Amino acid sequence: MSTTQSIPGEISENSTHWVSYPRFLFECARIAFEGDARFYAWMTVLTAILLVGVNGWAQQLAQGMALTHMSDHVSWGIYIANFTFLVGLAAGGVMMVIPAYLYEDRQMHEVVILGELLAIAAITMALAFVTVDLGRPDRFWHMVPQIGRFNWPSSMLTWDVVVLSGYLLLNLHITGYLLYSRFTGRPLKRSWYIPFVLVSVAWAISIHTVTAFLYSGLGGRPFWNSAILAPRFIASAFVTGPAFLIVALQIVRRVTTFRVPEGAISTLASILRVTCVINLFMLGAEVFTEFYTGSSHGASAQYLFFGLHGKNALVPWIWSAIVLNVSAALLLLSSLSRTNPRVLELACVLTFFGVWIEKGMGLIIPAFVPSTLHEIIEYLPSLTEWKISAGIWALGIGLFTVATKIAIHILTGQSRLGPAAPPRPHLHPHPEGH
Amino acid sequence: MADRPTSESPQSGGSGPRSPQDPKPTAKRRTILKWLGGAVGAAGLAKAMEPLTSFTRDITLDEFLQKHYQELSPDELETVLRRLEADAKRDYGADVRIDDAPPIPGVQFGYALNLSICNGCRKCADACHQENNHDRDTNNSYIRVFEMTNGSLDFEQGDPTYTHATPAPGKYYMPVQCQQCDNPPCVSVCPVEATWKEPDGVVVVDYDWCIGCRYCEAACPYHARRFNWKSPTIPAEEINPDQGYLSNRIRPRGVMEKCTFCLHRTRRGRLPACAEACPTGARVFGDLADPDSPIRYVLANKRVFVLKEELGTQPRFFYFFDA
Repeated sequence: MSTTQSIPGEISENSTHWVSYPRFLFECARIAFEGDARFYAWMTVLTAILLVGVNGWAQQLAQGMALTHMSDHVSWGIYIANFTFLVGLAAGGVMMVIPAYLYEDRQMHEVVILGELLAIAAITMALAFVTVDLGRPDRFWHMVPQIGRFNWPSSMLTWDVVVLSGYLLLNLHITGYLLYSRFTGRPLKRSWYIPFVLVSVAWAISIHTVTAFLYSGLGGRPFWNSAILAPRFIASAFVTGPAFLIVALQIVRRVTTFRVPEGAISTLASILRVTCVINLFMLGAEVFTEFYTGSSHGASAQYLFFGLHGKNALVPWIWSAIVLNVSAALLLLSSLSRTNPRVLELACVLTFFGVWIEKGMGLIIPAFVPSTLHEIIEYLPSLTEWKISAGIWALGIGLFTVATKIAIHILTGQSRLGPAAPPRPHLHPHPEGH
Repeated sequence: MADRPTSESPQSGGSGPRSPQDPKPTAKRRTILKWLGGAVGAAGLAKAMEPLTSFTRDITLDEFLQKHYQELSPDELETVLRRLEADAKRDYGADVRIDDAPPIPGVQFGYALNLSICNGCRKCADACHQENNHDRDTNNSYIRVFEMTNGSLDFEQGDPTYTHATPAPGKYYMPVQCQQCDNPPCVSVCPVEATWKEPDGVVVVDYDWCIGCRYCEAACPYHARRFNWKSPTIPAEEINPDQGYLSNRIRPRGVMEKCTFCLHRTRRGRLPACAEACPTGARVFGDLADPDSPIRYVLANKRVFVLKEELGTQPRFFYFFDA
């Protein structure tokens, strides 16, 4: 971006990016710390939970990963479970971007920035979950290309680092450029913006595909070693993304003056009606193969759904997930969810938690039980793992809250450089010629 | 867990307009409260991170900046080895000698195990425990011995936790350790090249480069890798002072480790500790490149098999039945 270019319109001739960008950042910080009592209460609760998590992580670093309940048999636990789920949530944000930009849905276009902000918050959480899972986070620089030794293209984990950080940067650029332009009153340039949006659509699919390949590429773990894993990941991502965003839009509608277009919510609900059923169908296809064949490859699925040799720690988890997802699907398919927004919200919450279990604990842990040499060592998270996980969720939700607040302030014209403009009810300015 | 904003967000507000916050008389009180809140938050953060002081104290700048093993010059390696010896003295009170035996040119290590005469005594697992300075609290070893049922090679019928006298009737015994695969999945998945295959076929880990992500542990089909969930505890008098950088030196916390065919011994012409400890002669270790070696005799004359051949890992660890 040119830093000396003079800007037409209400920006004075000598107002350069050197001046306006710091003011933009300052304004964002100001909005982040301003609010009513409900906002302060909400952020205080989140900060308190975050601090509990930070303390948990500090203890885990000081005393070692022995504070978790992971073992050499179950060597990944709830951190990687959350990571997997959150990559899906980040990819799910694209379900706003596709209607808004590929199908030119005007109503979705007005709120599409929420999908992009969700991607940023979810990727941040996903990266935090990987970081707390590392035994030696102090050696993180070993993974930096050129300085360290980046085992690309051999390791799928390095692919994941590339696609996740790329997706984060793409969405930071898209949302940052939009908000900054709106804040300064500069016209949007399509070339600075539309190509990145289109790339981000394909990129969203890639992040969850690569994350699935991370697991499905391991020949020694039959539970993961399935070609349907990547399609399943994508399907469930397109469940959780719309589910989260519907609820987020309803909250925005209730706690701000911004007018959320009804069409955006109904489009997301339509998407959710389809993806929720596809997700259940794919789970069913997987379960059939595991059980009907009757080979020892099905031992993990047996353990997950019914228990194995008297060990059944995950059975309540997976059946909760099934009940949550099936009830959500039934609610979504019934006419109640079209007429009563509360029913729609309930279905969103149910399926969000259902997928969180199914794609988290229900997908990561059974691959380790029984172990590669058929030992059955069980795993449930320790208190430290719960604390750290809660802390990271509080961080991400706080980030999403603040980012949404900033976006609404700026895009409705409440915060802008120069003379105040008449407030507009649209969140998303349309690029020129669009 | 605070999973979603729905759970605690106010629902009662309705969708009516809300006046912007600008009550002038309370502005000052507001500012004071804000700064107070900020101060409480900062103090909370400092308190929450307090346990970190002991973590950072453990890591010196030299350790933090240490290069990958394969990039260390001979002088740099020498400095690292001496520093590690000093660390062992400081942390464990033991005088140890750490060096770095290079692979012998032309030698390709391989291992074979005679299932007909292994009697399940677990002397190999114990010898590994002693030789490789394993954590005493967890009784760790790179070898797990499975009691198998005659007539089945299925590990689901196996039991590594037996406590009775061996050999038990109707049973045979199957020790499993790192198979030193020629196509090792653990090596391909490592994001930072902290594990690799040496020229003599041994898969090693640079304990000072590993970031502890445990992807290799998920990738290994043989449960051969171990993670240091905490710092190992070993009494000074029990520490084996004859140590190698890539093998049995005391591992740091938070990194992966594995069987190295005792390369600090085998690269100097000795047997691995497990082979030396075996009372039955079930373990045959040697140079696959030497046509006159005992292991070549086994491969040529016995009906050998490898574990999970269908995975394409190409193990260098062979099993055979004699009778």
